Amino acid sequence: MNIINKEVVIIGGGPAGLAAAVELYKKGVQDILIIEREKMLGGILRQCIHDGFGLTRFNVTLSGPEYAQRFIDEVEKLNIQYITDTTVLSVTKDKKITAVSKNGLMTWQAKAVILTMGCRERTRGALGIPGERPAGVFTAGMAQSYINLHNTMVGKNVIILGSGDIGMIMARRMTLEGANVKAVFEIMPYPSGLPRNIEQCLNDYNIPLYLSHTITDIHGSSRLTGVTVSEMDEHLKPIPGTEKEYACDTLILSVGLIPENELSLSAGVELDVRTKGAIVNENYQTCVDGVFAAGNVLHVHDLVDFVSLEAENLADAVAVYVQDDSLPECGIKITTSREINYTVPQYVSGTKDFNLSMRVKKPFRNCKIEIMQDGSVVKSIKLKKVIPAEMIKILVNHKLLQSDKDLEVRVKC
Amino acid sequence: MKQIYDVLIIGAGVVGSAVAREMARNELKIGVLEKNRDVCYETSGRNSAVIHGGFAYDIGTRKAECCVEGNLGFDQVAKELDVPFKRTGKVLVGNTEADYESLQRTIATGKINGSVGLEMVDKERLHELVPAVIGEFAMFSPNSGIVDPFQYTIALAENAKMNGVDFYFNHEVMGIYREADGAYTITTTQGDFNTRWVVNSAGIGCVKISEMMGIHGYRFNGHKGDYIILDKKVGSLLPMPVYPVPNNTFMGIHVTPTVEGNVIVGPNADYVDDFTYYGVPQKNMDYLAKSASTLWPHIHKSDYIRNYSGIQPKWLDGNNVVQDFVIEAREEAPHTINLVGIESPGLTSALPIGRRAVRLMAERETLLPNKNFNPNRKGIVRFFEQSDEEKAHLLAENPDYGEVICRCETVTKAEILQAVHNPLGVDTMLGIKYRTRSMMGRCQGGYCQMRVAQIIQEELGKKVTDVLYARNGSNMFTGKVRE
Repeated sequence: MNIINKEVVIIGGGPAGLAAAVELYKKGVQDILIIEREKMLGGILRQCIHDGFGLTRFNVTLSGPEYAQRFIDEVEKLNIQYITDTTVLSVTKDKKITAVSKNGLMTWQAKAVILTMGCRERTRGALGIPGERPAGVFTAGMAQSYINLHNTMVGKNVIILGSGDIGMIMARRMTLEGANVKAVFEIMPYPSGLPRNIEQCLNDYNIPLYLSHTITDIHGSSRLTGVTVSEMDEHLKPIPGTEKEYACDTLILSVGLIPENELSLSAGVELDVRTKGAIVNENYQTCVDGVFAAGNVLHVHDLVDFVSLEAENLADAVAVYVQDDSLPECGIKITTSREINYTVPQYVSGTKDFNLSMRVKKPFRNCKIEIMQDGSVVKSIKLKKVIPAEMIKILVNHKLLQSDKDLEVRVKC
Repeated sequence: MKQIYDVLIIGAGVVGSAVAREMARNELKIGVLEKNRDVCYETSGRNSAVIHGGFAYDIGTRKAECCVEGNLGFDQVAKELDVPFKRTGKVLVGNTEADYESLQRTIATGKINGSVGLEMVDKERLHELVPAVIGEFAMFSPNSGIVDPFQYTIALAENAKMNGVDFYFNHEVMGIYREADGAYTITTTQGDFNTRWVVNSAGIGCVKISEMMGIHGYRFNGHKGDYIILDKKVGSLLPMPVYPVPNNTFMGIHVTPTVEGNVIVGPNADYVDDFTYYGVPQKNMDYLAKSASTLWPHIHKSDYIRNYSGIQPKWLDGNNVVQDFVIEAREEAPHTINLVGIESPGLTSALPIGRRAVRLMAERETLLPNKNFNPNRKGIVRFFEQSDEEKAHLLAENPDYGEVICRCETVTKAEILQAVHNPLGVDTMLGIKYRTRSMMGRCQGGYCQMRVAQIIQEELGKKVTDVLYARNGSNMFTGKVRE
């Protein structure tokens, strides 16, 4: 088989892949190929027809397709090479990429590979929700695709499990299309989506949100006929006697997103059990030399604006890598206290400023996020309110670091 | 208009499909009546998918005889029918002195039954066979194996169809009447059929059909078992099924690799009288995970991808002792073959049961061999499993192999199209799932379900409201968003 050499191959033409491509090109790396499995570029943004994208980046609120189009236009204008309708079958440790399309099998040898495959939705089976298995149970993104891209209505009487952003957006979307959205149930005592979505998608449409509730049974041997909902105790166990039956023909699940790392694993990339994405350093380089990752394949973001930004930071590092064949050693590990769910990156060099992204495990008020080294605080920021739904981003000046000892990030109230 | 058959088989599970295929070796006009919209919707598709060795059944029983015969013949039939089958071997793991004695008795029984190669293995050898298993010693059955029960049943039915058998799905039998001339009229939800012979292979409906044929006195308990399916990433850690030491009525909760590389955990055993309820309760899932974790340490909730349950017809005598398979042709119901209590090892035994059904018929009338019978059937070629050379060849022939529809299992459009136009005429989402593995992977159709639904609409000219998941009434969608 013919092997084509490329300086950089980007897997996935969603917001992360597009932003990385444009930034790389501007940095002078122009032998780029974006591989996209769908019929067009844009990734998941294509089905996100609601607004609210781009506020941070462009200072204007855009729909998903509009946001994506700004980057697609740049890709077109710069004449960056991309192919669609092409599925990558494997990526190897030595950066050979094999893909298939209607034109046949293709293999590229890349100097650097950028993984921007995004994420997938957690399913009913993965949660282990008990009960029967009727038709009418959809993940929120699936329902969004059916309604917005396939002109297909998935149901009429709807219950939503999980207060993830897509679930709340679908509560509004289905209401606007004439469905009766009865309620949203969230197992945790706090919502998992953004406050603005609770306001604009639930409260504005009088859709109740029940915290500390989950579905404990699913009924229907053919199409869904109803669900049993129970209240949860503080250990997230159902409280006996609180069961309530809700008749419905549709259950929408918005219960979490999982970075899609099957290809990363095939390349030997090591994953972080917390993010389910690659372990990376400040250059967004994985443990495999020359393989980089950004966007939702690395960790699930709250806003696409941050996905673009992360991919651009990655591109800056990849540009150096392509020119110098290597990047500085990153030996300083970043650990977290138990209030913090994770940080990205997990390693830094100490010789370059870095962007630290993180999420807390539960909400805190009036607290400080502290970055510690060797027992002393090297950086501290005060926050009025932090919630798991919102990613926290801190820019750290490398001059603040005292040594090459590991860093710890903690919450102090 | 009444259809006139030599034989009508009731039930298109693995046994009904095997009976149909074996009967088609003779000059007979054969039909199969199935109430569901596809084969193996019930017990045949809802089990551990193990090809058993034949050591677990009492000496001299039909279960023992059919199981050993089925096991020994499985390589050949898997080859003929192009069905994924692996002779993985299997271990029954013990810890106590009582376990040891029980396993030795099992070996002794198994040897008389004709089960091949059974031996006791010590802890060291056990860990060579299954690295992470928890236990002191085991009985090893090298001849046990695993099969894809969907592919196997589909293959039997397709091969039967190739050889002239008619399949009637969505035809539930409502009554069986013997006419003055000795022939039978069978009424169904979609019209009447005439036949000279009737075969009852109705699985969990066997008692109902038996009564309709005029054979009374059978009773059985539904024995419901729940299962959890684990992600393929743990599949490589389990080379063969691992069972505990069984007790008299129950094989025990086990872990089993599937031919496709997943792991299944189960089943518990609950007695039920509702044979239509396949829900899996929380407490059973918790129990399965806890119980199986005493055998194998890699069961984590983060690897769950789905759960399911199945119901076996366990037919019991007055003392609630589980009885043998019933394979009979009774005088009070002439020209009927009655198959009752076909539970585990029914998957392994399906073809031997089919052969015995033919034999019962041949004892009562002369059967002429079907000279054109072809035992071979080809399945859908899996693009992803081919060599690069073969992939290139397939792509050159058909560019639809270049469009990946299911990302988790890497199923291409060419495969989906072959499944949509399957020989049995099945048109459900589940039918495509069984035939291709699309929607069976870790994202559970998150990416491909809408693509499959669209192909069904386009290729079969269905309206969006007519796409069914599996059963009647399991409509996937309520309409278009905009007309």
